Amino acid sequence: MNSVETKDVHLYYGDFHALKGITMAMRKNQVTAFIGPSGCGKSTYLRCFNRMNDLIDGVRIEGEILIDGVDIYKSSIQVDDLRKHVGMVFQKPNPFPKSIFENVAYGLRVNGTKDRQFIEERVERSLKQAALWDEVKDKLKKSAFELSGGQQQRLCIARALAIEPSVLLMDEPTSALDPLSTAKTEELIHELKENYTIVIVTHNMQQAGRVSDYTAFFYLGELVEYAKTKTLFTNPKDQRTQNYITGRFG
Amino acid sequence: MSFGNTPSAHRKKRLTQNIAFFIFRLLSFSVVAILVVILGFILVRGISVISWEFLSEAPREGMTEGGIFPAIVGTLCLVVGSMLFAFPIGILSGIYINEYAKDSWFKRFVKLMTNNLAGIPSIVFGLFGMALFVHQFGFGDSILAGSLTLGLLALPVVIRTTEEALKAIDNSFRIGSLALGATKWQTTRRVVLPMAFPNIITGLILSIGRVSGETAPILFTVAAYFLPKLPSSVFDQVMALPYHLYVISTSGTNIEASRAMAYGTAFVLIVIVLLANLLANWLRRYFGKKVKMN
Ligand SMILES: Nc1ncnc2c1ncn2[C@@H]1O[C@H](COP(=O)(O)OP(=O)(O)O)[C@@H](O)[C@H]1O
Ligand SMILES: [Mg+2]
Repeated sequence: MNSVETKDVHLYYGDFHALKGITMAMRKNQVTAFIGPSGCGKSTYLRCFNRMNDLIDGVRIEGEILIDGVDIYKSSIQVDDLRKHVGMVFQKPNPFPKSIFENVAYGLRVNGTKDRQFIEERVERSLKQAALWDEVKDKLKKSAFELSGGQQQRLCIARALAIEPSVLLMDEPTSALDPLSTAKTEELIHELKENYTIVIVTHNMQQAGRVSDYTAFFYLGELVEYAKTKTLFTNPKDQRTQNYITGRFG
Repeated sequence: MSFGNTPSAHRKKRLTQNIAFFIFRLLSFSVVAILVVILGFILVRGISVISWEFLSEAPREGMTEGGIFPAIVGTLCLVVGSMLFAFPIGILSGIYINEYAKDSWFKRFVKLMTNNLAGIPSIVFGLFGMALFVHQFGFGDSILAGSLTLGLLALPVVIRTTEEALKAIDNSFRIGSLALGATKWQTTRRVVLPMAFPNIITGLILSIGRVSGETAPILFTVAAYFLPKLPSSVFDQVMALPYHLYVISTSGTNIEASRAMAYGTAFVLIVIVLLANLLANWLRRYFGKKVKMN
């Protein structure tokens, strides 16, 4: 079953044609990785799925994007509802200057949840899902800024999970982390796909190989090749894919 | 390449740096020195007249005796009044400009106007306040007219302060909040404003310092030459410290005799401004800590 499906998506930053007709579908409860040289449009494409591109002046999008079968650019869609459904984790950990607890509770609070007990349970569950609970359970009231970079990133993952999205977008989530935190986060991604559809951008091909079921290779705003991760890395069909994965450019 | 024996080019480089630093240090010291001299001068001359009587009584004997209590009360009324007007409007405008307005000609126009407003001489504000509030609106010479005029003067400062404080907040916090399904307003109120608050509040209090010392805007709108009783409503006139200082230094009945009173008044005015600045510092640190913790 497909969770995210796009049909002939074009995106323009003003005059610049950044995405050139991308048609692809991402399967439910699978990890899909986007790879490609920097500037090829991976982040841009990812930001289409929760409409974060709406925040950038002068962006124009054509084509169709369906998430769980719903056209997310039709006029009846409220972007804040969409973003509850499609969570996002960013390259640089960006916890709020609030306590660890309040960081995770934030998404619930802004979406109108008032029930204290419910919030407490959900915060605990999310922190456990993000493999952070044991490290922070005694200091939930402490500032999130006291955590290490790797912990902060897992906190941001917990924060996204707390509102139970069905799709989780991750834009180079480990590029600012040390190797140990990276390994932890990758392990976490592995566990999360049981309940979430995950789309991850990475510039690290080994990482794509380790965490993803499917991999898409982008080049200059185009989707060049999209296949099962094993297939794409062992038997690429396109010359450009082959050049990239053998390190001949990028 | 070797260490130890310094070629002359390097010696010259270091000498240049030392001379530059020496000059910078000298200049900074002279700025501090000038400040200290001004403060010391006022302090030495003013401190002798400071007494409970001076702070708690009205002037007597053609303002050569008694105190400045009505002027202190008047200045406090004007500060509070002008801030009640300037803070809400200024802060909301700052939020609008930085968080909501798209980069358009309108936004640029508003910014240009606030900057220009900040550059207008305060006497012009006084004249405008007199025409609009005193006459057109019929408030007469009153706390209300004076507060509104001072408020207008403070407005650009408040707007700029708010804007700068908001601009300093990294966009990743806004993005993070929006990505969790928060609306723009929720993002502003729950994430951005608390972070910007310490800096906003500092700017606000500095603007209080500015307002409390202004003479020109209150000259035609509220300030009384001599009014020993306290105001009973916002439509009353009041005495105010800066104007009182001006009066007893230039046009009192006996300028020589009220000289000491003038330094005492200046002293009180300076203390009020310094207290405001200390408060600003303290609040910034207090809220700075709180923002991180909660
Ligand atoms: N906000 C923006 N405004 C204009 N151009 C942009 C913007 N963001 C990205 N681009 C351009 O779009 C192209 C794709 O960028 P991006 O999606 O960030 O690439 P990637 O994530 O693959 O490195 C790049 O050429 C980049 O310069
Ligand atoms: Mg990117």
